[in-house]
Formats: sequence, C-alpha cells, structure tokens
Amino acid sequence: MLEIKGLEVKLQEEDKQILKGVNLSIGAGEVHAIMGPNGSGKSTTSYVLSGKDGYEVTAGSVTLDGVDVLEMEPEERAAAGLFLAFQYPVEIPGVGNMTFLRTAVNAQRKARGEDEMSAGEFLKVVREKAKALKIDAEMLKRPVNVGFSGGEKKRNEILQMAMLEPKMCILDETDSGLDVDAMKLVAEGVNALRSEGRSFLVITHYQRLLDHIKPDVVHIMANGRIVKSGGPELALEVENNGYADILAEVA
Amino acid sequence: MALAKLKSDATQARLAGLTLPEGLDVARKDALSRVSAMGLPHKRDEYWKYTDPISLTQADPIAAAVFHSDDSPLFAGVDSVKIVFVDGVFDADASDDLSCAGVEIDRLVDVAAADIHWATDLYGTSEARGQVPVARPLAALNTAFATDGVVIRATGKAAKPISLVYLHADEASDVMLHCVVRVEAGAEVTLLETGPAAARFNSVLEVDVAEGGAFHHVRAQGRDHERRAVTHCFARIASNGLFKSFTLTANGTMTRNECILELLGDDVVAHVAGACVGDGDDFHHDDTIFITHDGLRGESRQVFKKVLRNGAVGVFQGKILVKAGAQKTDGYQISQSLLLDGDSQFLAKPELEIYADDVICSHGSTSGAIDEDALFYMQSRGVGRKAATDLLTLAFLAEALEEIDNPALADDLRDRLDSWLARRS
Repeated sequence: MLEIKGLEVKLQEEDKQILKGVNLSIGAGEVHAIMGPNGSGKSTTSYVLSGKDGYEVTAGSVTLDGVDVLEMEPEERAAAGLFLAFQYPVEIPGVGNMTFLRTAVNAQRKARGEDEMSAGEFLKVVREKAKALKIDAEMLKRPVNVGFSGGEKKRNEILQMAMLEPKMCILDETDSGLDVDAMKLVAEGVNALRSEGRSFLVITHYQRLLDHIKPDVVHIMANGRIVKSGGPELALEVENNGYADILAEVA
Repeated sequence: MALAKLKSDATQARLAGLTLPEGLDVARKDALSRVSAMGLPHKRDEYWKYTDPISLTQADPIAAAVFHSDDSPLFAGVDSVKIVFVDGVFDADASDDLSCAGVEIDRLVDVAAADIHWATDLYGTSEARGQVPVARPLAALNTAFATDGVVIRATGKAAKPISLVYLHADEASDVMLHCVVRVEAGAEVTLLETGPAAARFNSVLEVDVAEGGAFHHVRAQGRDHERRAVTHCFARIASNGLFKSFTLTANGTMTRNECILELLGDDVVAHVAGACVGDGDDFHHDDTIFITHDGLRGESRQVFKKVLRNGAVGVFQGKILVKAGAQKTDGYQISQSLLLDGDSQFLAKPELEIYADDVICSHGSTSGAIDEDALFYMQSRGVGRKAATDLLTLAFLAEALEEIDNPALADDLRDRLDSWLARRS
C-alpha cells in the first residue's frame, strides 16, 4: 500500500535535516505504529506524506499503490486515498462543518471521476456516522472545529475519515489531549474503519492508544530514522523502560 | 498654489456647467451657497487623504464602458416595487406602478413641482446637518443639482420592498439622484438599490426614522468595472428606531460610500455594514462612516469587510462620536481586509470620540492573508487550493452578510460573491 524508501527531508527555511533516510512499507489492511521521542521526526513524516509546504524532500521516494505521491498536491493525495488525522485540527471560522465535509467528499469524488453525492444521501450517511462518534447535529452545524473541545476535534477528524473512506490513514498523535473515555471513543471509531483494503499509520508517544488500536507492526523512530521495528511487544517495552534502552541498543 | 484657491477654482469649474433644476428652490439655493463656500473636496483634505476625489469633482466625467452582465437581475425573486432609472432618467415603462400598501412613493420631480410640504421640508435637511463636523461638499452639490430621485413615506408596514434599479446606457453619463425617506412612527420599509447608474454617479439618501420606525437598506454596487460613484446616506433616528444598511460592492474604479447616522432618541439600533470585492489596481473603494450617539442606550454597529487582490485598494474611515449624556451607548466597529496578494492595500482609520462616561465602545481593524494552515487543512481533505481559498474568502465576508436581516436578500448576495470568486482563477 504505502512504500517509503530512503526518505530524506529538510526544513526549507532553516536548512535543517529532519528525516535522514526513512524506510517503511505498509501492506494493505495493516496497522503500523510509529513511536519515538520528541523531535525524532514523527510529525514531519506525517506532514511530508500529506504534502504540507515548508519541507524539502532531498532524497527518497513515497508511493501509494505504486504511484509517486511526492509530486502530487495535497488535494490530489487526498483523492488518491491518503488521509492525515491532524494532531492539532485547524479551526475554520465561517465555514460550516457540514458544508466543509460535503465539499471535501464531493471534491474527492469529482477528482476520481465519480458522481457527486446528493444532499439527501450525504445527510443520511453523515448522520449515521456522526451518531457512532457521538457527534450531534449542533456540532455538525458549527464552523469547522471552532469552539470544539480537544475530544470533539479528534472525533471530528475521525468523522472526516469515515466520510472520506481513505485507503491509507495516518493518525498523528490522535491521543494527545484526550481523556481515557474520549480516547476509547476515538479508537472505536478507528477500529470500525479497519478493513482489508485500508491501512493505518498510527503516530503516538504512548502505548496506551495501542491498547485500543492494536498494531501489527511497531516502529521506533529516532533522530530522523526508523531504528527498530517489531511486534506490539515493542510498544510495551517502550512503555516500561522508555526509549533509552532501545536507543542505546541500536547506537 | 494655496489649497483654498485650488479648491475654489475647481469648484467654479464644476459649477459652471451645471444649472439648478426647477423646484425645491430654497433647499437647492442653500445647498449651492454651502458648496460654493466649502469648495469641492481635494486630496489634501483630511477626509480625502486616502481617496483622491479628482475624478468625482472634475467638470466632466471620465467615460465608463457600459457593462453587459450575463447575470440575471439581482433580487429578481423578491416581490418589490421596482423603480428604474436609466442614466438617471426615470423609465416609466420598465418601472412598476408606484402604489403600495403601507407606503407612499413619489418621484422627486413630482414632489418638487407639487411642493409637498413634508417632503420639501426634509429635502436637504439631514444632508445640511451632516456637514458638521466634517464637510461633505459632494452631498451638498447633489442637493443643489439632483435631477430626480424617489420620495418615500412609510406610514405602516410597507407591503413590499422598494427596489431602485439604476441602469447605465450612456458611457459619458454624469448623474445625480437624491432620495428622501420618511419612516413614520412604528412604520417599516425596506429599500433596495442595484445597478451601476452612470459613468459617474453621485447619490444622496436622506432617511428620517420616527419613533419605533424601522428602515432596512440593502444595496449592491457592481459588477461593472469603470463606474465612479460617490454615495451618501444621512439618517436621523428617533427613539426605539431601527436603521440597518448593507452594501455589497463588486468592481468599479472608484467608489466612496459615506454613511452619516445620528441616533437622536433613546434605545436606537443602527447597523451599517458592507462587503466589497476588488480585483486589480484600478479598483479603489472607500467606506466613510460617521455615527453620532445623542440618546440613551443607543446601539451602533459597523461591520466592514474587504477582499482585495492584484493591487486593489480599500479604505475605511469610521467614527463613533458619543455626545455628553448619551449614556449606556454600545458602539461597535470592525473593519477587516483580506489581502489575497502582496500588491493590494487596505487603509483604515478608526476614530472614537466620547464625551459620556458610562459607555461601551469597541473598535478593531485587521489586515490579513488567507490562513495557510486552514488552506492546507482543507486541501488535505481533498478540496483544491482555489476552491478552498474561495470558501475561506466567503467565510471572511460572512460576518458582514449576517448583518442583513432578510435571508433571501442575503442569499442572493452570497450567490453573487460566489460567482465573482468563481470567475477568477
């Protein structure tokens, strides 16, 4: 599904190398987790994958089902099936949540040469999916993320994911700012979307989220590289011993 | 050359080509003597510092190509009393019958000829009062020389909005129209104004709202490109009166919209708002507002939003004056611009002058670009950069459009903005 090969990235403005050769291969239907200390390049990886400005790819490649995504605009990547759940979802005053969702769904459909969703059909689907995430009609009417609590913002991200039905979902510290119940709700939303054709890359600091979203593979990222990969037990090791042991071991 | 001499020469040159129309003699002569004494504005005048008035004051207008719009007429779906002027000349065939329940409507020329007292008493009165403390010579010029207009007297709740449609057919037309509105106690009327009107247009609207009366004004200027216009709205509002005015401006070379409001009674609500969209360095748009609070518990609101690109210039001069004794005044003013590139400019001059000690007055002004984070967020959900920018632009303008009470009118204007944005790459 997603192939990252020798990805090297620097910040455009500071001429600072952030990613120093990331290799990652995620198969269809798999859930991979990336853990790592602050500043290791986790969030940069998610931004580079989704096409945010300000990063310069100096080497390597990223393909989604064999197609180069680095050449694509962010909206083209989205239409190709890539989705990033933001660590800090952006507030957009004046744009209704529902309007935004519908615009996004139909823009992607149009880009893929599919028919747009009718207003009625859209409403039916969005209500159903919102209900599962405990998002009420009021929240759908409000401007995108404006005045939402931390939990509401993250649930809203998952709702967008559910509506857009991407094949490659990247969750950037989706657990940050969530209490235990909110995390469970978000995790349930994610789990409901797991399927054979859909892969996940879960970026997190804590093993706790991985209790709810069970990964197939766990990667440890440090200093711009993936330094160790293993099964779910790797996350437990981090939880118990911190990163020091692992980093010492690979150094 | 000294400013006084410059102004006096320019004023004489402008007046030389004009003749006072018949009727309303007292008001016209008074206005003429005032304009002669004040002189027409010059860019060295304080209130014309950001907008050079030369094209509005010179003897002959600059020709403006007639714009052929492919849009259907604005507010076409609204059942209204339509009154059409073509280059300032009343078009009886295109206009509706002027009778409407709850409101008396007459043409200014008929009122002038018949010497209808209440109307002749009002003509030029608010305009003359509005000359202090800031001179507005182009309004006095209009009172002296306006050739026609509409006189409206709302005696109850007007059954329909009154819709003034200003068409432009002659590329050298130079038009002055003057409208007078009297809203009697407890009465209510909505006035709509649309169309370019002329190559050069000078309009005055005088509104007098009696106790508990309500006046709604929704105006659209555009989308012709070469229009030059100076408009003035002078309103006096009595206790418990409501005044709401909204203007959408799209395109046009030079637009100066002045709005001068006096909240004379207690518990008056007065809102004036505007949204403008301009593209190109031949776009100059100026909102100049002066609101005087002279009663208790008055609420005034100014909400102005401008979207500017490719060198367009926007100006906002807004003042709130709270007189001694106008306690519990609640004044609010916001002027904001969205600059879509580095070439465009927004010049804002918010002013507060307060002589009462128990009031709330707030003002704010911002200039900003499209929020890149919001843009990326939307793109990452599959919305293209252009569509995302348009959505954010409309969202920026939304606060001003929310000032329109009638949702059908607001929707019509929103559609216009949508198409304006859609036409741009």
